[in-house]
Amino acid sequence: MNILVCVKQVPDTETKVKIGDDGKSIDEADVNFVLNPYDEFGVEEALQLKEAVGGEVTVLSVGPESATSAMRTSLAMGADKGVRLNAEDVRLKDSFSIATALANAIQSLEYDVVFCGKKAVDGDNHQVGPMLATLLDIPCVSTVTSLEFDGASFTAFRDVEGGKETYTGELPALFTTDKGLNEPRYAALKGIMQAKKKPIDVSDAEFPAEDSLVVESMELPPESPPGKIVGEDADAVPELVRLLKEEAKVL
Amino acid sequence: MAKFQGIDYYKLDDHFSEEELMVRDMVRNFVENEVLPDIEEHHKEGTFQKDLIPKMAELGLYGANLPEKYGCANLNNVAYGLIMQELERGDSGVRSFASVQGALVMYPIYEYGSEEQRQEWLPKLASGEAIGCFGLTEPDFGSNPGGMKTKAVEDGDSYVLNGAKMWITNGTISDIAIVWAKLDGVVRGFIVPTDTDGFSAPEMKGKFSLRASVTSELVMDDVRIPKENILPNGEGLRGPLGCLTQARYGIAWGALGSAMATYETALNYAKERIQFDKPIASFQLVQDKLVTMATEITKGQLLAYHLGRNKDEGKMRHQMVSMAKMNNVKVALDTARVAREVLGANGILDEYPVIRHMMNLESVYTYEGTHDIHRLIIGADITGIEAFK
Repeated sequence: MNILVCVKQVPDTETKVKIGDDGKSIDEADVNFVLNPYDEFGVEEALQLKEAVGGEVTVLSVGPESATSAMRTSLAMGADKGVRLNAEDVRLKDSFSIATALANAIQSLEYDVVFCGKKAVDGDNHQVGPMLATLLDIPCVSTVTSLEFDGASFTAFRDVEGGKETYTGELPALFTTDKGLNEPRYAALKGIMQAKKKPIDVSDAEFPAEDSLVVESMELPPESPPGKIVGEDADAVPELVRLLKEEAKVL
Repeated sequence: MAKFQGIDYYKLDDHFSEEELMVRDMVRNFVENEVLPDIEEHHKEGTFQKDLIPKMAELGLYGANLPEKYGCANLNNVAYGLIMQELERGDSGVRSFASVQGALVMYPIYEYGSEEQRQEWLPKLASGEAIGCFGLTEPDFGSNPGGMKTKAVEDGDSYVLNGAKMWITNGTISDIAIVWAKLDGVVRGFIVPTDTDGFSAPEMKGKFSLRASVTSELVMDDVRIPKENILPNGEGLRGPLGCLTQARYGIAWGALGSAMATYETALNYAKERIQFDKPIASFQLVQDKLVTMATEITKGQLLAYHLGRNKDEGKMRHQMVSMAKMNNVKVALDTARVAREVLGANGILDEYPVIRHMMNLESVYTYEGTHDIHRLIIGADITGIEAFK
């Protein structure tokens, strides 16, 4: 089975973000980049599927050379090869441009299953996966928390408010992966040593002529005002209630 | 609490390869998820976290710098050092386990063993199927191992071993012991299966340090082992001392991990703890403490880093290892003690990792060559005069 996983390199969620000089993107100096955690579920699911039925796992990423390290992490976990669609200004691209570049590259590949993280933790858009499936004209189940394959058929489960949905369909198909789907493995030392020997093909990303969305500005949320202690015992309750009603307006 | 980001005041990360960083970050995550959640409980109970044995094996953490053909990862020594750093960020006992298995059991079999011995034992030790320990120190011979009383006597196609070893990490849970004993007055290494008649390894109790690690005595009463269990290469003290150089190399890195853990705790605490209406980090005396910690850790990192590159280039001398082990463990111990001060009374609680690291480091300061002995090794090297003879 040919399994594709789309991965993105994102700032570690512990990073204290600073806005760059252009006012439209983050300052990447001193930022620790990691493989998008939701993509890690995709890589793990792909590896488990490969271990169950055989095949090959290819990871794809759109980005500059520095994006290679997220791909190496995937290769160290056990993916077989990588395809990097080179783009220097990837952070200014909208989701549709990214999905288009991926679709253009995937058209020429053989595939049965495509995994995307349900979202990247930097952009938080939840868009690339479903857009990519649409462009490839294949079924898409988003935010899956459990998956079963039987030959060319699949059963996918996703959590919905207060319950669970079950979908069935035929491959090829795309799944966006959510927390709970699996427990991603650590890249063992042997995997890390092998990762550098695994091939990563590089070609230029083919984007649409224009982005449909343009980032105009980016700003940090206002600093939250300091907390206030109104008193220490039951006597403080009336004042607390008054403040919650009149100042915070939450009661 | 925020995820540990390490300390990189001097942009050392730019000098590590992508692979070295990947190894470090993987072990860092492993320690965060698998070691830290349970370590205080094991420390309290005085038990080793045995479920870590197969988990660390699966990741390839035992003998990670040995060749692939024996089931190891063939990492360079800088990556190996970073593994030790991250493990000891968790606990010195966890690092000790991996250190002993890799540097004191696998290394001597690799360096002084026959090809048959390597083939037989290294893959099993790498996979955690077999656990090993290293028996050099005796009740009466610590810094002066050359005086050891443990003896091996040739008898037909066997050697018969008699004697006692002390302060042996992993002893009670080991499948094999690398025992150093005198054969015709010359120190030799022997692979002793721990289920051999006459061999016992009672656990030492009452420790206030390395509580989450197994420390044992080895007692050998007419232990008869086949002749092929002698390590054929490496006669005299240079055998065990060569192993200790490897282990001390790992400690030089490991101590930094411990220091980072206590420094980070003190820094976070100082920024959050309010006294006199402001964080204690705003007081000059507290800042002085934090600056000393950060500076000493950074200096220690540079020592370890250059030691590692020298080792990979074949330029490392054992005296250089002594300097790094001596310095970095002292830095870690001082950092832990001062961190305890910064935390005030909270510093004595196991809610914070500081007091555990501090007590652990009292052992690390003394084992694998005491602080003082390392000073004398360097002293002998720079003056040409041996003070301990």
